[in-house]
Amino acid sequence: MTADPPAVELKGITKRFPGVVANSDVNLTVRKGTIHAIVGENGAGKSTLMKILYGMQPPDEGEILIEGNPVKFSSPQGAIGAGIGMVHQHFMLADNFTVTENVVLGAEKLHGIGTQAKAKITEISQRYGLGVEPDTLVEDLGVGDRQRVEILKVLYRGARILILDEPTAVLVPQEVDELFGNLRELIREGLTVLFISHKLDEVRGVADDITVIRRGTTVASVKPDQVTARQLATLMVGSELPSPEARESTVTDVPVLVVRGLTVRGPDGRPIVDDATFTIHKGEVVGIAGVEGNGQAELAEAIIGMRDSAGTVELDGVAIAGWDTRRRREAGLGYIPEDRHRQGLLLDAPLWENRILGHQTEPPNAKGFLINVGGARRDTTRIVAEYDVRTPSIDVAAVALSGGNQQKLIVGREMSHQPKVLIAAHPTRGVDVGAQAAIWDHIRNARIAGMGVLLISADLDELIGLSDALKVIYGGRLVADADPSTVTPEQLGVAMTGATGEETPS
Amino acid sequence: MTTAAVGARRIDVGKLLPQLIAPVAALVIAAAISSIALLISDKDPLTAFQHMYEFGTQPDQKVEILNKASELYIAAVAVAFGFKMGLFNIGVEGQSKVAAFFAGALASASFMDWMPGGLRIVLIVVVAMIVGAAWASIAALLKTQRGVSEVISTLMLNAIGGLVVTWLLNDHWGVTEPGAQIKTTGILPEDSWMPGLPIVSGTEQKVLGFFAIAVVLGAAYWFVINRTRFGFDLRATGYNPFAAVASGVNAKRMVITAMLISGAVAGLVNLPRMLGESHTYTEGFGGIGFTGIAVALLGRNHPIGMALGAILWGFLASSQIILDLDGIPKEIILIMQGVTVLSVVIAYELAARIGRRAQQRRVGVATAAAAPAAAEVVEESK
Repeated sequence: MTADPPAVELKGITKRFPGVVANSDVNLTVRKGTIHAIVGENGAGKSTLMKILYGMQPPDEGEILIEGNPVKFSSPQGAIGAGIGMVHQHFMLADNFTVTENVVLGAEKLHGIGTQAKAKITEISQRYGLGVEPDTLVEDLGVGDRQRVEILKVLYRGARILILDEPTAVLVPQEVDELFGNLRELIREGLTVLFISHKLDEVRGVADDITVIRRGTTVASVKPDQVTARQLATLMVGSELPSPEARESTVTDVPVLVVRGLTVRGPDGRPIVDDATFTIHKGEVVGIAGVEGNGQAELAEAIIGMRDSAGTVELDGVAIAGWDTRRRREAGLGYIPEDRHRQGLLLDAPLWENRILGHQTEPPNAKGFLINVGGARRDTTRIVAEYDVRTPSIDVAAVALSGGNQQKLIVGREMSHQPKVLIAAHPTRGVDVGAQAAIWDHIRNARIAGMGVLLISADLDELIGLSDALKVIYGGRLVADADPSTVTPEQLGVAMTGATGEETPS
Repeated sequence: MTTAAVGARRIDVGKLLPQLIAPVAALVIAAAISSIALLISDKDPLTAFQHMYEFGTQPDQKVEILNKASELYIAAVAVAFGFKMGLFNIGVEGQSKVAAFFAGALASASFMDWMPGGLRIVLIVVVAMIVGAAWASIAALLKTQRGVSEVISTLMLNAIGGLVVTWLLNDHWGVTEPGAQIKTTGILPEDSWMPGLPIVSGTEQKVLGFFAIAVVLGAAYWFVINRTRFGFDLRATGYNPFAAVASGVNAKRMVITAMLISGAVAGLVNLPRMLGESHTYTEGFGGIGFTGIAVALLGRNHPIGMALGAILWGFLASSQIILDLDGIPKEIILIMQGVTVLSVVIAYELAARIGRRAQQRRVGVATAAAAPAAAEVVEESK
């Protein structure tokens, strides 16, 4: 390599929150013109570290050097000034604005908002091969394109060092490949990319260097060709990576959920879920694979009764299509919603009240028309212990828990009512490896006991590993079946993009 | 391996403390701003506050403050039933007027003469609640069937309700008692006058009998909100309407039920004076419904918080008289009330954020300590 100073150098960074050390003695050297991956479990301190680098939080100790010069940022403005840009995991784009309007928003002073800005955008897009059209409305763009707009936004503001926070979480494999192509284009032009992820295979595929963070500190720096994904994972968790696979079938021939011709229409009358027909047997996990926004969320909401739908749904032989959500839940439908903050929790309410949520009418939460506070509290204590929810007390608000612990509480709550069928939408999204393994175990154990599961996930490994049968949803239709024992993530990915109307090999 | 509390509920000081400091800090700020207003009008704030305090603690004034507080408290509870689920019933004013008018008109109609006094009081209470709920149901149905915001509809129904009452009172059912200037629904027979409560010593004056009902109402409010399934659904909807729907709460039914309860309680707002003081409905009733919103905000929809808020408001309202005598414009009191509500709302929001952050930190500490132990478990499970 050249004798250039490193693009980013962090020396002995320590950040304490009262009583907790979020980062301690973090050392990181990012070579200029490389893709540098930072991997670690959720809660390992990756986000805190990136917030420090991006000027959102000052470190208590340690030094930040950008291209050899020590810097101290008091706000992201300072970091942007030093050429650091951040692409957040959740896109911050206005749907009803064009690409140009979104890019110049908040940076109007750079090149104005007119033709000059548009020319600049076109120039950046061509230079880095982003293929972004300045006049397109963002609402017409797919997820991959939106991400490129976000990257363009950062480049437009003069970034030379890009931080990407879990950029592949929302992408299908083909889009991931495109993104990686874009990133390679960026480093070819001399930019530097910091890439946060916990998808280890991807990291090994794209990064030039990998730094592993565990419990707030950097534990290893490795080259991707010198480690396997399993070794990386071991570094991350300090033990071996759990796997969703390897277990014998528990599928019976007793149907427990029979869905026929289920159709959900949008406000414009267009079907969002189109004539979905499938059967889940006792002890069977049926996985739904699909790119987000293809109707899987609406399918789940229709089955739990939150959305009006046509067609029939039978739970254990009883037609429940006309029932409201509460009656369906009482009849034995469990629900792990895809967005736990939006649909699964009362963030400001204590844990024991969150344990009641969704089962307000059932023991041990209720006695007649009254809430059984004692019963609910005792059972929350049990769930906290059995499902390893890490919390000092059941009286803390749900918002105070980490994502993994919140999800374990939700899983524990739903499992505690012995559902006949569990609708699990992205049950391990955003939770750390330890919690993920625990959640998989709970689903597997309940399945052995005869529960049926409708599993919706964007994690293809999880889908393939947990499911007994796979269906691909595209444009609201179940377009293909796949056998999880033979299908590869790549084949699934192809089917998910609707590239072929044929069945994937099974 | 977890450290969850099993036994009795622990009081979370980190979260509670800011919640207690907030209203005190807000009152100090409100007093400071009012002082500035007093200084601008060349009055000594300390003297003014001292006069207010001395006046407000006289036995007669205590009675008046409690009377005022009773009405305000009922109005606040009515508003709070909606607030708890994120429903803004701005229409307590109209609901309370329509309710008291119809209840009063029915109870003093000549065909009711046979009715014994006690029963007549019950009749007035029940009819007022039904009419209040019915008037509120218009807004509820508009919201659930047509998506009309309850803020707009209840506000408009206030105006409509007021006009309907004025029209019926003046052109149809109103009577002018001998020696009186204005029309009323007719004085109730003396046996249905609600007796006062001699609970303030040092004065002949009695606190309105409805004070006791307001206290019972507060307890009932607490019970319904915190101990019933309905109350849980109501609060869940207020915390997070999406999660509530996913948990099986029927959002439309919830709007209707909450609005009906809110309206029914609103129907009681004018009864303390109607049963214990004026013994009839006159056009002099009104204004309490709006103030109830402020009291609910002040008390954070908490049964005790709202009681303190109502008493504070009653105190401020009664001190208008003494400030007037001191030549201080009574607008100062209005400024004070306004500033109090604003600073309390802001202070509570700040306190909630600080409390939440403190708790997150605390949980961080507790779980960080547990992390090594957890790692060992993973180790073992290999």
